[in-house]
Amino acid sequence: MRAYLPNYELRVPRDAGEALALLADEPGVWRPFAGGTDVMVLLEADKLAHRKFFSIRHLTELRGIDVTPEHVTLGALSTYTDVQRDATMQREFPMLCQAAFETGGLAIQNRGTLGGNIANASPAADSPPALLAYDAQVELVSTGGARWVAYSDFHTGYKQTVMRPDELIARIRLPRGVAAGWTQYARKVGTRRAQAISKVCFAGVARMKGALLEDVRMAFGSVAPTVVRCVRTESLLKGQRLDAATIDAARAELAREIVPIDDIRSTAGYRLQVASNLLEEFLRRLRAG
Amino acid sequence: MSKSDFQVARVAVNCTVNGAEQTLHAHPLARLLDVLREELRLTGTKEGCGEGECGACSVFIDGEIVNSCLVPVAQVEGAKIVTIEGIAQSDDQLHAVQRAFIECGGAQCGICTPGMVLAAIDLLERTPQPTEADIRAGLAGNLCRCTGYIKIFEAVVHACRDSAMKA
Amino acid sequence: MPEQPVVGRPVPRKEGRDKVTGRARYIDDLNFPGMLYGTTVRSPVARGRIREIIFGDGIPWDEFVIVTARDVPGENCVALILFDQPYLAGEQVNHAEEPVVLLAHPDKHLLEEARRAVRLDIEPLPAVFSLDESLAQKEIIWGEDNVFKSFLVDKGNVDAAWESADFIIEGEYRTGAQEQLYIENNGVIAVADAGEGVTVWGSMQCPYYVHKALMKLFDLPETKIRVVQVATGGGFGGKEEYPSMIAGHAALLAWKAGKPVKIVYDRAEDMAATTKRHPSLTRHRTAVTRDGKLLAMEIDFTVDGGAYATLSAVVLSRGTIHAAGPYLCPNVRVKSRAVATNVPPHGAFRGFGAPQSIFALERQMNKVARTLGLSPEEFRRRNFIRAGETTATGQVIHEEADLAGLLERAFELSDYREKQERFAVENETSRTKRGIGFASFMHGAGFTGSGEKYLESVVGAEADTGGRVRILAASTEIGQGTNTIFAQIAAEALRLDYDQIDIAQPDTANVPNSGPTVASRTCMIVGKLVESAALGLKQTLVQSGFLADDYTPEEFRAACGRYVEKFGALKSFSQYKQPPDINWDDEKYQGDAYGAYAWAVYVAEVSVDTLTYEAHVEDFVAVQEVGRVIHPVLAAGQIEGGVAQGIGFALYENVVWQAGRMVNNQMTNYIIPTSADIPPIRVYFDERTTTTTTSGAATSGAKGIGELPMDGPAPAIMNAIEHAIGVSINHAPLMPESLMRMMGGELVEV
Repeated sequence: MRAYLPNYELRVPRDAGEALALLADEPGVWRPFAGGTDVMVLLEADKLAHRKFFSIRHLTELRGIDVTPEHVTLGALSTYTDVQRDATMQREFPMLCQAAFETGGLAIQNRGTLGGNIANASPAADSPPALLAYDAQVELVSTGGARWVAYSDFHTGYKQTVMRPDELIARIRLPRGVAAGWTQYARKVGTRRAQAISKVCFAGVARMKGALLEDVRMAFGSVAPTVVRCVRTESLLKGQRLDAATIDAARAELAREIVPIDDIRSTAGYRLQVASNLLEEFLRRLRAG
Repeated sequence: MSKSDFQVARVAVNCTVNGAEQTLHAHPLARLLDVLREELRLTGTKEGCGEGECGACSVFIDGEIVNSCLVPVAQVEGAKIVTIEGIAQSDDQLHAVQRAFIECGGAQCGICTPGMVLAAIDLLERTPQPTEADIRAGLAGNLCRCTGYIKIFEAVVHACRDSAMKA
Repeated sequence: MPEQPVVGRPVPRKEGRDKVTGRARYIDDLNFPGMLYGTTVRSPVARGRIREIIFGDGIPWDEFVIVTARDVPGENCVALILFDQPYLAGEQVNHAEEPVVLLAHPDKHLLEEARRAVRLDIEPLPAVFSLDESLAQKEIIWGEDNVFKSFLVDKGNVDAAWESADFIIEGEYRTGAQEQLYIENNGVIAVADAGEGVTVWGSMQCPYYVHKALMKLFDLPETKIRVVQVATGGGFGGKEEYPSMIAGHAALLAWKAGKPVKIVYDRAEDMAATTKRHPSLTRHRTAVTRDGKLLAMEIDFTVDGGAYATLSAVVLSRGTIHAAGPYLCPNVRVKSRAVATNVPPHGAFRGFGAPQSIFALERQMNKVARTLGLSPEEFRRRNFIRAGETTATGQVIHEEADLAGLLERAFELSDYREKQERFAVENETSRTKRGIGFASFMHGAGFTGSGEKYLESVVGAEADTGGRVRILAASTEIGQGTNTIFAQIAAEALRLDYDQIDIAQPDTANVPNSGPTVASRTCMIVGKLVESAALGLKQTLVQSGFLADDYTPEEFRAACGRYVEKFGALKSFSQYKQPPDINWDDEKYQGDAYGAYAWAVYVAEVSVDTLTYEAHVEDFVAVQEVGRVIHPVLAAGQIEGGVAQGIGFALYENVVWQAGRMVNNQMTNYIIPTSADIPPIRVYFDERTTTTTTSGAATSGAKGIGELPMDGPAPAIMNAIEHAIGVSINHAPLMPESLMRMMGGELVEV
């Protein structure tokens, strides 16, 4: 443990109301602490810049997976294990289950939460590409009330989000439309087969009408300052026949849409090439039916 | 800043550890790993990486396996914690997984072994008859540098046979 | 008497129960009353002159014990081979992470704050960061030419052979640094004062190395230094020389504090600051005849030693001797050197130079075969060394050395031929390409050349009144099973039950120097000494008339009781004597390089994902002849563990350097194989209990196996990848980023 703990605080509010009050009273001073799987790593390495936290892990209001005809709604504190175990999630949202399965080992999956993964805003996080492809919405709550924002609008820059300092992520909502008639394809690339940090992460859903691509949503992780929904490549593809020319054009468009970098895990060139390959693989699968 | 800062910042956390009720005194962000090792002297839980990667610090919290290096002690209020020291029924009666690790050569240097034993127990509780793929996935959060995992896989298979014979 | 021989039986590991219950006590599990924690302030720059050490504000410095180079009571150097490495840099730093200041305090959290508050004002000097820069003498940073050590092995007349060659094939091969990544970081506790001397407990492979180093550091006689090994969570060479450093640091703090001091590194510090496998560059020039016979091999081998000499000369030696492999070639020249760079010193790691030069050789052999139009196996078969033939150093092989037989066995077990054909067909249409490849190699067991002769290792055995026998040796249990096999060997020698044998804790105050736990020597060399020391007990009892030649365990117990009652103690010691027929010339690097060789053929099956350029090992067969197998489960465990590290070396483990610092010094970013990445590993021992070795009677009949499995996987995997995708890979580790470039993956045009 490299950090000097007396410099830090971790409070335990009684309930969600008290947690929101803490956020409202001193906006920006207090931050929520959920499963700890990211924050504790930074603390251990003495790289945790923020000092004051409050634990929300015990707030049962933020747990649970609720299924209605239109949506599956996951409490922000749903762990990766919760996600994988839910029957509706397995059936309709396999890409999110896969992302949960591929996040760390079991011990991480038992602690890490979906809300924490979103709030942490790492461009290399595993679940966001699937959430983007599923057109997820995020509920932000504060003492002033609640609002739903489209997850595609959530991240505004590296580690920047639309959240106000007095807000907490309460729930994540997935529209249930993709279960029938859509093809889903996700792939995490991280050199080894388990417990990897992604170098490129892809998730895409699409619906064909005959030989034409009717609708598509796709997203990448680890190729830009935030996870990215590739709207330009999507619009290029919509209504197109997936022939070689379209695939080439899509690859080229993707290269303009993502901005991968070199870092200690990989290179910009590799990320770009593999992202394009995964896009092509997705399109080939769609074409093959 | 002085040595006494720590005393000031301490909180009391009530939980049970290996069946015994405990009140832990520590900074709320203190790692459960450190509190178990330093306050309770339960040193069977090891630190390998301090970042949730190697699994040497695995413990059970309310029946779920977790990395104790990533759990702040404030979050174990009311929890039931089981460490490697709480696995064997007695000195003479080891858990089937522990016996299998001895018999199959699943422990070499032994530093990953407590965590690996817990991961194997967790796996067998969730999946009593695991396939090879289940075993590989179930233990993937626990790194071992000595065995190449093969003897650990054998130990898991051996332990399920052992339990099946008893059942 | 036991019903079946205990040697060869998978008896339970001696300390197995303690390990599975969490009762085994490692260094960080121990605490002494009044103990302080110690930490190390390290250089942030690779090379420079220390101008000033600044102790920043906000820290109660009067509560701290502070040690710098000025506080060293004896000589400020780590005694090993050359005395060039200081414990604490005084005027100049030569690598990043070099220790400059030591701090101790009872509160380990405040200690971290203090470490951060120390600022080192260093005037940077030009630095050398790679083997190539060092060879080019971009800057002279060590001695006159940056060369720690060089060797020349010369057999026949290489220069005369080129003319008669039908083909001459050249190749260049590189391997990277590799972190040992034992799961337990380095750690020690020291107690020291002027009257009592210095005692250190710690995680280590070689207590007597530490002992020697501390004598010099404190200028104390050997009786005033005591070193105790406690349970050690893996070493793989990484705890061969480095513990001398951390032990010295803790002892210096304890000396000044007058209190016990514990230093245990965290993972980030251990990875950044301690030793790694030497990066290497090997150039081959091979002459062959049209019918596939080796005529000449010219091999140029360079390893990057880092900033100080440490063990580089010895690592280089082993790499040099193994560079020409298990092949008969009339003309061989190996030129080699270890060079200095401004990175933390590289050091011992399983295989010790051999995995590097064997990687190059086994890739080159495939290249030569391809040029000749022969299969890799046929070309090797025509050149495998056999009994009676001589190695590159002129050593006559007295062993059966049936590599062709091992090759055949490995091919059967792996369905090599069937898969070779099938994959070629399937790869036409599949996006995942599969391939199969192999490497054949040997590994010399024990110290090189005259090493064992100079060591003169000693093992003791003692018996108590109850007839319990205790083995006294400094050989350490680091996971590989030393305690278990020693007990087996002693039990068999004395015809006693395995459980009647204890192994003394390695403690320089109580055990003789049986040599370092390195070089795959423990079972073969020290095991034999265990046997003779144990037999010495029996002889004493027989000669003194307390025991008949033929006895029951009961009679042995009774005899021990009577003997101890009469004479006070029953002890026996045995010392290594080099057999007279071993000849080694240290000057010419000619002669019997090793007492025995283990022989092996490893087959790897791989898949290459053409979407992601990731290669994985799907199946692995390890066939070897290692003499007598003392404990089949432990032996297989050694092979499997070594293969897994070899897979890591080949495909996953990439040290990322920036200005001489490892920047991916976390387990998250320096990735070793998980259980999901390791294929089935099928281990087969071709056991020849009657094997003749050069050192024959001086060994236990077992040949070393610790390092052998590190040699084969990387080249076997690259050979398999070449089979899968037709791309020749001449470096390790092979990361997907470089495989992409080699497969011609190109950037999408923007």
